[in-house]
Amino acid sequence: MSTSLLLLIIVLIGFIAYFAGRARSFAQSGGKLANLHSLPGYHGSYVAIWAMLPAALVLAAWLIASPLYIDSSVRASLPDSVRSQGEATTQLALGQVKSVAAGLVRLNADEIAALENGSANLRETLAAKGVALAGEGEPYMIKAAQQFNAMRTYSRWLMSAVVLLVAVAGGIYAIRNITTRFRARNQVERVMLASLIVASSIAILTTIGIVASMLSEAGRFFSMVSPVEFFFGTVWDPRFAAAGSSGESGQFGLLPLLGGTLYIAFVAMLFAVPIGLFAAIYMAEYANPRLRSTAKPLLEVLAGIPTIVYGFFALVTVGPFLRDISTQLNGLITGNYQNFIQAQSVLTAGIVMGIMLIPFVSSLSDDIITQVPRALRDGSLGLGATRSETVKRVILPAALPGIVGALLLTASRAVGETMIVVLAAGVAARMQLTPFEPMTTVTVKIVHQLTGDLEFTSPQTLVAFALGITLFVITLCLNIYALYIVRKYREQYE
Amino acid sequence: MTELATPTVRVSTRPAESRRDIGIKRRYAAERRFRAYGISAIVLGLFFLAVLLSTVIKNGYTAFQQTTITLPIEFSEKVIDPKNERATDPKQLMTANYPLLVRDALVKQLGLDATKRPLVKQATDMVSASARTQLRDIVVADPSVIGKTIPVTLLAEANIDSAFKGQIDLSVDESKRKVKDRQVAWMNQLADAGVLKKSFNTGIFSFGASSRPEAAGVGVALVGSLYMMLIVLVLSLPIGVAASIYLEEFAPKNRLTDLIEVNINNLAAVPSIVYGLLGLAVFVNFAGMPRSAALVGGFVLTLMTLPTIIIATRAALKAVPPSIRSAALGLGASKMQTIFHHVLPLAMPGILTGTIIGLAHALGETAPLLLIGMVAFVVDYPGSPMEPSTALPVQIYMWANEAERAFVERTSGAIIILLIFLVFMNLGAILLRRRFERRW
Repeated sequence: MSTSLLLLIIVLIGFIAYFAGRARSFAQSGGKLANLHSLPGYHGSYVAIWAMLPAALVLAAWLIASPLYIDSSVRASLPDSVRSQGEATTQLALGQVKSVAAGLVRLNADEIAALENGSANLRETLAAKGVALAGEGEPYMIKAAQQFNAMRTYSRWLMSAVVLLVAVAGGIYAIRNITTRFRARNQVERVMLASLIVASSIAILTTIGIVASMLSEAGRFFSMVSPVEFFFGTVWDPRFAAAGSSGESGQFGLLPLLGGTLYIAFVAMLFAVPIGLFAAIYMAEYANPRLRSTAKPLLEVLAGIPTIVYGFFALVTVGPFLRDISTQLNGLITGNYQNFIQAQSVLTAGIVMGIMLIPFVSSLSDDIITQVPRALRDGSLGLGATRSETVKRVILPAALPGIVGALLLTASRAVGETMIVVLAAGVAARMQLTPFEPMTTVTVKIVHQLTGDLEFTSPQTLVAFALGITLFVITLCLNIYALYIVRKYREQYE
Repeated sequence: MTELATPTVRVSTRPAESRRDIGIKRRYAAERRFRAYGISAIVLGLFFLAVLLSTVIKNGYTAFQQTTITLPIEFSEKVIDPKNERATDPKQLMTANYPLLVRDALVKQLGLDATKRPLVKQATDMVSASARTQLRDIVVADPSVIGKTIPVTLLAEANIDSAFKGQIDLSVDESKRKVKDRQVAWMNQLADAGVLKKSFNTGIFSFGASSRPEAAGVGVALVGSLYMMLIVLVLSLPIGVAASIYLEEFAPKNRLTDLIEVNINNLAAVPSIVYGLLGLAVFVNFAGMPRSAALVGGFVLTLMTLPTIIIATRAALKAVPPSIRSAALGLGASKMQTIFHHVLPLAMPGILTGTIIGLAHALGETAPLLLIGMVAFVVDYPGSPMEPSTALPVQIYMWANEAERAFVERTSGAIIILLIFLVFMNLGAILLRRRFERRW
């Protein structure tokens, strides 16, 4: 019986249990619902929970445990000659046994008999049925595969029986519990509360998952390449070693990538901060409600556009535009019509990322500025300051901590941005000061190292996790500090 | 105070011209400048938005039209099945020389000399190479067409398509462009005969990935995105709402809940690519789920959207006034009943708005999907979320990397489709907010 069918049956049992529980509580109440402690629906839910929850837990445990058990017993039954060759060979043989097992299911009795007495070739027979075998099959594999199949079938039947038994038993146990004074609602609510707690712990689990997965993979990377070489290396050249060759695996210097990331983020902030901040000041201090209610959402549209669209915009519009304009400028000044800005460059990526960041800066700062108490504003205006003087001398100093927090949050977004830089910044990992040439970033390299066919053993792919954890730590520090500042700031004026 | 203040107040009797110069002119000029900076910042921001949208639309609207050539194709038995083997060998119909049918029809239509090879080659190059599969599908679906002549609408090759839409500069020297003068003449000849014409491009909505621009579409990617959005909705809405209810209504104020709180705020700001790494390491590598599958993509996007939904839901729950809770509790409802029967329904518009915005974000997200292998060349519709699939933004990314000019048009077309989806989702969110939002 397949797992999904089993699940369906459990749900069906749950439904029946619900109505049975309801009916039972009705019967117990003797027609007067007021006699019951809980409403009949709660009694029904109580029974349904008892019918479904333990069964589902057993099912989940079985699904996790049984493949492990079957694997280990099949492994134990492999011939000693295979097992003595070490873990990797055994694992390989086990994999072959599993594909043979998958193939055997499609054969009829005659073909299996032919395989068993050796008159038919295992690999060819299976290939004819559409099952590709990695190597030439060995005779012992057929036996092991048959054992594997038998155990699996047995395990499936046993699982179905046990799970259904648990479901029915749970339902019956719960129904027998129902009396007029039974506190079904409290029981049901306890289960609900538990599931709420489980749901909220997923957030924690995600963080743990991020940190644990990246640490473990990065740990494997650092066992091959020393952390000093990674964090302080100035050359990024992760050559993919030619097949068969060993030793030389390239250099993994983080600094050029980090330099590119920070440089592009800096250019983007240089572009976004003045525009965003002035827009926020104007909207908070000058604009009438009508302008505010149209301009603010329109600017925020910029934040809702997917970053891939910005990347495409940089690639086909901004990059070529900057290149052509630099050609013209150069021609006008020196007479030599040669572009000095590349189509893919720090400037292209920075400007487009800056456009993307404008709404972040403006709406975050807008919130902060409007939180500055009215009294400060009125006091300054009352003393005869103009509005701009009020903004510059009173409001901005008062809002400064909050604005710094907002800018840090924006900076963390700039550092972690991927699609714009993948399309517009280029792939050359070098350290330079001119913004007119391509540079590359941490995120670009993560994407590059992890697209295509992967093997999770080479430093070339594992380095992506080391880059990832670096990125995570940088953004985490920025975020925590920024959120701390913003929170502090809010409390100050509340 | 008053008796002290009275003697010091003195009305100025000095004439206006001798008033001390306090730089009022300079200060007002500064005020005007400051105001101008503000206005120009807003105008600049809106200008960028306008440029961005107008370039995409200008490049992309033509993608919704496709040049087609309708030719009377003679499904000649001599070409398709010369040895009459189709009854015994089903492969015969799959491997027949279908381009030859197109060539014959085209030669006839243009009145060319079939023996002049280069000339005929140039003519057949005007028709997309996808004609082979198109004709094959017709014959395989209904072998009785063999021997008949049927008008079939074929796609024009991408360069002819561009030329017919007027996107290729024909004044450039012939050797430097991909469309030759002779082809242009034939194109005009076919257009005059009504054989070659532009029509609405349904292909962009239904085709899958293709290396030929004219046969490439976002249909397959749309299905992949749809699967993922369903998974995100089904998982993140209940989990997000449950988590927010616990944190907002039940959680005691202690270290652990503080930690969860900080955690969620941080997760909302973690770069999306980090979620891709998480999905690769945990779902693909550790749990052994298939790469490129919409299921894994859905899981990753769910984790990514959860913080957004939790933050929105908590704000919506917080906005429900305590009097509602007190009233329900006072009438004897349990805490659970109060929340699920009264608070949650009142907070629902806010929750749904947050969810839609979270979904819109997830729909446009690309980076994490690249890492879990959804940059796949997927031609066929995925039958289930476990099969290899791709997503709309990833398709845009892959097309953006193609060099051919016609792909720029396709990419912009796909972006327009994506933006239309996003506009509708956001409009839905706004309408929901307008219609149901209550101010207490």
